[in-house]
Amino acid sequence: MSAKDLYPLAENAPDLIKTPSGKSLSELTVDAVMKDEVTAADFAISAEALGVQAEIADAHNRPALADNFRRAAELVSVPQDVLMETYEMLRPGRSDHSSLCERAEMLRCNYGADLMAKFIEEAADVYERRGIFAKRY
Amino acid sequence: MSNATDTNRWRRFAEWDERMLRHDLFAAEDPEAGFSVFRSPYDPEPSVAATGGHITEMDGTPEAEFDILDEFIARYHLEPDLVDEAMALEDGAIARMLVDINVPRADLERLARGMTPAKLARVVGHLSSIEIAFAYYKMRQRKTPGNQAHVTNAKDDPLQLAADAATATELGFDEIETTMRVASNSWSNALGCTVGAAVGRGEALFQCSIEEAEELQIGMAGLATYAETISVYGTERAFVDGDDTPWSKAFLTAAYASRGIKARCTSGAGSELLMGFHEKKSVLYLEARCLCLQRAMGIQGTQNGGVDGAALTASMAGGVRELMAENLIAVWLGLECASGNDQRTSESEIRVGAKITPFLLTGSDLITSGMGSIKKYDNSFNPSLFNGEEIEDWMALQRDFEVDGGLSPLDEDRTLGLRIRAVEAMAAVLEELDLAHVTSAQVQSVVFASGSNDTDSFTAGTVTPVSDAIKQRGLTAVDVVRALAKRGFAEEADNLLFMLKQRVTGDYLQTSAIFRNRRVISALNDPNNYSGPGSAYAMSEDRWAAVQNVRGVLTRDRVLAAEALVAAKTPQWLFDTGLAAKGSNPHEVVIGVSPAFGQEIHRTTAGHALPDVIAALMKGIASGGGTARLIRVRKSADTSFIGLSAAKLSGSGYGIGIQAKGTTVLHHADRMPHMNIELFSNAPIVTLEHYRALGRNAALHTFGQNIEPVVVPTMGEAMAARFHARVAILFAIETALTDENAPPVALSLSTSEE
Repeated sequence: MSAKDLYPLAENAPDLIKTPSGKSLSELTVDAVMKDEVTAADFAISAEALGVQAEIADAHNRPALADNFRRAAELVSVPQDVLMETYEMLRPGRSDHSSLCERAEMLRCNYGADLMAKFIEEAADVYERRGIFAKRY
Repeated sequence: MSNATDTNRWRRFAEWDERMLRHDLFAAEDPEAGFSVFRSPYDPEPSVAATGGHITEMDGTPEAEFDILDEFIARYHLEPDLVDEAMALEDGAIARMLVDINVPRADLERLARGMTPAKLARVVGHLSSIEIAFAYYKMRQRKTPGNQAHVTNAKDDPLQLAADAATATELGFDEIETTMRVASNSWSNALGCTVGAAVGRGEALFQCSIEEAEELQIGMAGLATYAETISVYGTERAFVDGDDTPWSKAFLTAAYASRGIKARCTSGAGSELLMGFHEKKSVLYLEARCLCLQRAMGIQGTQNGGVDGAALTASMAGGVRELMAENLIAVWLGLECASGNDQRTSESEIRVGAKITPFLLTGSDLITSGMGSIKKYDNSFNPSLFNGEEIEDWMALQRDFEVDGGLSPLDEDRTLGLRIRAVEAMAAVLEELDLAHVTSAQVQSVVFASGSNDTDSFTAGTVTPVSDAIKQRGLTAVDVVRALAKRGFAEEADNLLFMLKQRVTGDYLQTSAIFRNRRVISALNDPNNYSGPGSAYAMSEDRWAAVQNVRGVLTRDRVLAAEALVAAKTPQWLFDTGLAAKGSNPHEVVIGVSPAFGQEIHRTTAGHALPDVIAALMKGIASGGGTARLIRVRKSADTSFIGLSAAKLSGSGYGIGIQAKGTTVLHHADRMPHMNIELFSNAPIVTLEHYRALGRNAALHTFGQNIEPVVVPTMGEAMAARFHARVAILFAIETALTDENAPPVALSLSTSEE
């Protein structure tokens, strides 16, 4: 089956997708919630699922969307506080060139976020050139 | 009417001054101040230069001078292997491709990936409003149109949010968007919409609009399934003042996807102008930059079409055309489009209706990016183009044009049942999660409330501790599923679980995804492949039947049943006493009634009982010194012919013809059928006093007097709209009773002849 035909996964390839804890879609039931067999952490997308959605988006001529899914796949394992901290650092006047590059390196080493690291390093260069690091308050 | 003129002015202008339209502002073109629509002298000429797969110049700016927007667009939007081909095409030629049914959408989307913002703006500038609408019809992403609702209230009351969210899903909205009066109430608002959206259809996407970081946390907790607040601006200064950059927004976009949350950006003409950094560029060019940025970021969709700047843009000449043009650029770039129409851009209901019409005709992924499903005063986003007050007008427009605006008429009983269910579910969740105690009085007040002015429930202040507790205790949608199930709301628990499961597959992260009948439909599995008549979305028979079924639809049976009820209560009062003869009394006025008069139909369209009408005519004739005689004309049901037949049998030559519905004519035997003396054509506004006056006039005519005709004053009511459908059904009863060969008969008001 080509990537194009996989969509929607819930209908055409439900077995391809597992929750981060390895459960299948059919195991996510109200009963299972009541028995505490399923928790909030199970209702999350995996890096693999985002990878498949990226292939699907590419197959439908949506390359930029596919790239976003690939960047997103790298962020799945990044904890919420690190995620929010990184977002904050990318806002105008919040950091400087070196701290942003350090952050990129940390994401690369700790989470294998190669695409996002490159993306952030590129932002650091552009910010520097355009004076975006200037403190705003 | 006073004749005094206190001003040297045509009074019509003074009357126009009083119309709602005069509240609207109309701004002059002024590029220096940022007031230009499609083109400013300061807009760059479209251009691109690329060497070795790298963009070195864009829209007249060399790479070294790129600002953060140029930089991002050049890197992530423009595809170097497409730019030469796309930029070389003449603007007008591309514009023609946009409206050519033989050029597939995919071909145009491919070209857009090689076009700069200035180029895109130039091309759509070649299209007239109708061409823009048609191009949008062809280029929008999903085949099946959808719609989004605002669900908010002035008290941030979660009970009302739940009831109104359930009502919104019942109306057919695919997405529900909330925001609050007090920022700290966001978690409670999100919970209210989560529970309400789980009632009934239970598959609407829901979101809580708040500061980016907070919104992502709410989404993480499962209390939002989509986000729409990733705002983008068209100049560097505006972007930085918005406290973001294209990179920070793109990061956020990826963050939402990494948590399985659907996301779209927001942008719109006029935002840079409102923020004071417009660089003297046209609003369309700036918006084209925003949209190229959004495609570059890899977001699946956009909320655009002015949005918060819609009224400002609409104040400019051609502004509404521009709002449509920017939506066209959005879909051309392959983005889902929630096409604005979410701000009250005018105080004129005519301008409001006109604004929405092209969108209803073309359809859109989400026709409004927030229709006020609640009352205007409850809308915490500010009033939308259409609001709770006007929802039935929307339904009427769908029916008029045979288009799917995403909404279905409500059944009163079912809606009330859903509201009760939603409020009880919300109360159960608040109690079960130990967040608040809800009284039955609160529940009662919310269920029946049209808006928060009617409720005696939570207020913004009493909600804050609830909202804080949800956040502090780290409650999630899974806790809500559990609470619902435990309290016996099995269906709602299952609906909410269904929505949470969607984040595992991420199917709804693809372009233009919504849920219908528990299936995801998006631009991928329900693509708009318009290629001419017969290829567009068409409503199914069931859907069309639902759309037609607005409140109070007249059917023949209903109209006749209503008349039959009156007939059943009316004893026979007109008696046939044989063939009608020609009279000889020179002051006689013959009243001719129609075939169904006092037989099958017993009241006029004004609601007067026919015995009272006859009594008024006769009283009037007597007061003018005449003698009345009653006949029934059976050859025709037409007022003129009835009147003329009566006149021809009248000793004076004067006769009155009257139909059962009340239309009345004063006629003379020597006149052509349709050249009457006096006519009451608008029966619904004729009073018994008018009938009496007409009778009197008829009698005075027999004395050869010059008479002032009776004038029935009209206030300009749309008589045809109010009465024709009913009249057509009623009149069929009259015409069915006509008999070409039946001569007129004499009538008496009692069984025995005097």
